[in-house]
Amino acid sequence: MLQDKDRIFTNLYGQNDWRLEGARKRGDWQNTAEILAKGRDAIIGEMKASGLRGRGGAGFPTGLKWSFMPKQSDGRPHYLVINGDESEPGTCKDREVLRHEPHKLIESALIASFAMGAHAAYIYIRGEFFNEAAHLQIAVDEAYAAGLIGKNAAGSGWDFDFFIHRGAGAYICGEETALLESLEGKKGQPRMKPPFPAGAGLYGCPTTVNNVESIAVASTILRRGGAWFAGLGRPNNTGSKLMAISGHVNTPCVFEEELGVPLKEIIEKHGGGVRGGWDNLLAVIPGGCSVPVLPKSVCETVLMDYDSLRAERSGLGTGCMIVMDKSTDIIEAIARFSRFFKHESCGQCTPCREGTGWMMRMMDRMVQGRAELDEIDLLEQVTRQVEGHTICALGDAAAWPIQGLIRHFRPEMEERIRHYKALHGGTGLVQVPASGVPVAAE
Amino acid sequence: MTTHQTPQQQPDTFVFDSASEAEIVTVLAKYPTERKASAVMPLLYIAQRQLGRESGSAWVPLVAMDEIARRLEMAAIRVYEVASFYTMFNTKPVGRYHLQVCTTTPCWLRGSDDVVAACKRATGIGAFGETSADGQFTLTQVECLGACSNAPILQVDDDFYEDMDGPRTVALIDALRRGERPPAGPTINRSGSAPEGGRKTLVDAEPSIAENK
Repeated sequence: MLQDKDRIFTNLYGQNDWRLEGARKRGDWQNTAEILAKGRDAIIGEMKASGLRGRGGAGFPTGLKWSFMPKQSDGRPHYLVINGDESEPGTCKDREVLRHEPHKLIESALIASFAMGAHAAYIYIRGEFFNEAAHLQIAVDEAYAAGLIGKNAAGSGWDFDFFIHRGAGAYICGEETALLESLEGKKGQPRMKPPFPAGAGLYGCPTTVNNVESIAVASTILRRGGAWFAGLGRPNNTGSKLMAISGHVNTPCVFEEELGVPLKEIIEKHGGGVRGGWDNLLAVIPGGCSVPVLPKSVCETVLMDYDSLRAERSGLGTGCMIVMDKSTDIIEAIARFSRFFKHESCGQCTPCREGTGWMMRMMDRMVQGRAELDEIDLLEQVTRQVEGHTICALGDAAAWPIQGLIRHFRPEMEERIRHYKALHGGTGLVQVPASGVPVAAE
Repeated sequence: MTTHQTPQQQPDTFVFDSASEAEIVTVLAKYPTERKASAVMPLLYIAQRQLGRESGSAWVPLVAMDEIARRLEMAAIRVYEVASFYTMFNTKPVGRYHLQVCTTTPCWLRGSDDVVAACKRATGIGAFGETSADGQFTLTQVECLGACSNAPILQVDDDFYEDMDGPRTVALIDALRRGERPPAGPTINRSGSAPEGGRKTLVDAEPSIAENK
C-alpha cells in the first residue's frame, strides 16, 4: 500500500492552504523553468519511462499520446485540452484536484503544453462544478500575477495561457471529440475519427486531450523521476492513482493508492469495510458505471489495476468503485445506469439513441420481473447490437453494465421473473401493468 | 438527450446589464477572435444569472438567445440548439431556489429516495420539474453530480449539500425559506471527501518540501 511519502496529492482533502502560498510549501512551482530547460524530448521520455497510463478511463499511455503531436508547427497553433468533465457515475476524484490542488494542475499543464508545443491550454470543467471552477480561476489569477504563467512563464522563456471553460450538464462532453465540439460552441456530439485530435482537434489544430489527473501528476513525475513512479504499482500498471469509494461502505472517501493493491484491502482500509462486514458484500463496480460489475467471489482476490480487472472482463475505468451490499436490488442498480445512458445519449447515432431507450425500458421491466425468461437473452442481444456500432464509446458503456449483470446475476433476474409470474398468474404472455405500457416516444 | 419546451410567455426584450457586459469582455478574451462562437455557453450562463438577479428566476428567454447570436455572429438556431442540448440552461422560468437531486446509483444506494421525498414534503412539489406554489422552489432530478463519495447530494443552485438525509434536507429547505444560506459541503462530521471521523492517509502535518521533491 502507498506510503504518505509517495503521495502526489498531498492536499487532497484541502486540509492545508490550496492557494499559491500553500502550494509552494508543498513543492509546486519550484524550479519549473529547470524542468522545461530539459527540453521537449526529455520530458516526453520521462513521461514514457514513468509508464503513466491515462487516468480518465481508457488507460492509454500518456507519454506516447504527447509524442503524437507534430514536432514542428505548420503554422497552426497547438493546444492542450484538459478534460475536467468528470461525469462517470461513481467518479469524484478530479473534483478534489480542481478545488484542493489547483496549482499542481496549472504547473503540470504548463509542462505538458511545452512538451507538445502548445502555448495555450483550455480546461473543460463540468458545469455543476461551479465552486471548483471558481477555486481554479483564483489559482489561475494568482499564477498570472506571480508571472508563473503568461509571457515567459515562470522564467522559462515559454509563453503560456491557461483558460477555463465550463460545461453545462452533458455526460457526453467527457468524450474527447464531443468535448472539442462543445468547446467550439456547438452541441456536444462526438466526431468521427480519423482525423484524430493530434492532427485536427480544437479549431482544426493539433490538440491533445488529457484527463485532469493524467496532467496533474506530470510535475511530480518530472521532479521525482519516471523511475520513481514506475517503481510503484505493477509492471504495465505503474504508479499511484486517485480512487474513490462510494456506496455501502462505512466510510466512503476519495484517496490516492498504489495500483495493483487487492480490491478487498482497499475496501477494508479506505472504505472502513463493507457495511455489515465483508460477508455482507454483494458486488462491486470497480471503475465508474461503464465497467461491468464484479460479484463478491471475484472481489475476494482481484487486484485494482488495468490488467487484473481486464482479465476479469471488467476494467479499472476511472478507479472509482461503487460497493453494494446484500440489501441492494442489483437489477434496479443497473437499471438506473440504463436510465442514465438513455438520458445522456447525444442522439447522433441511431443504435445508441434508440438502443439506450430499448435497454432502459427492458431493464425497467426486469426490475419488476414483468418479462419472459427468454427476454434476458433478447436483452443481451440488444446490447450486442448497440455495442461497437456507434461513433463513440457511449453505446458500449451503456451495453456493458447490462452484460455484466446478465453474466453474474442471471439467476436473480430469472427468480424475479418467476416471482412476478407467481404473483400475477402469468402464463406465456408478458404481463401488462395497470398504468399501461411505456412507448418508445416517451 | 433531453427535450426542452420553450414556454409561450416570453419577455419582449433583453439587454445585458453592466455587470454582464464586464463578464462578457473577460469571456471573449479567452478565445481567438475568429472563434468567438466558443463563448456561446459562457454567454448563456451570463444571461441566465442576470435573469436570476433581475427577476429571481434564473432562466434564458429566447430574446436573450437572439442577442447572444447577434453578439457572436451566429445563426439564432445554433444558439437555440446549444441552449436546448445542455441540461443546465433553463429554457423556462424556475423558482428562486433550484433544488437538484441526484438519483443515479451511487446516490440511490446511500438514500437519495429519502432526499427526494423530503424535498417534495417540504416544498409541496408533486413531481420532478415542477415549481412550488409560492414560486420559491423548483425540483429537478439530475444525473450523477460527480461527488459520489459524499452521496447523496442535493445541489441548490450552484452549491452541493453533501451526505444528506431526509431530516437534514427538510432543515435545509426551511433555512432557505427563511432567507438563510447554510454553508455548502458535507453535512456530517467530515472534511471534504475525507473519511467520516478523520483522515486515514496524509496523517502527518504539512509535508515538507524535501519530501515532495
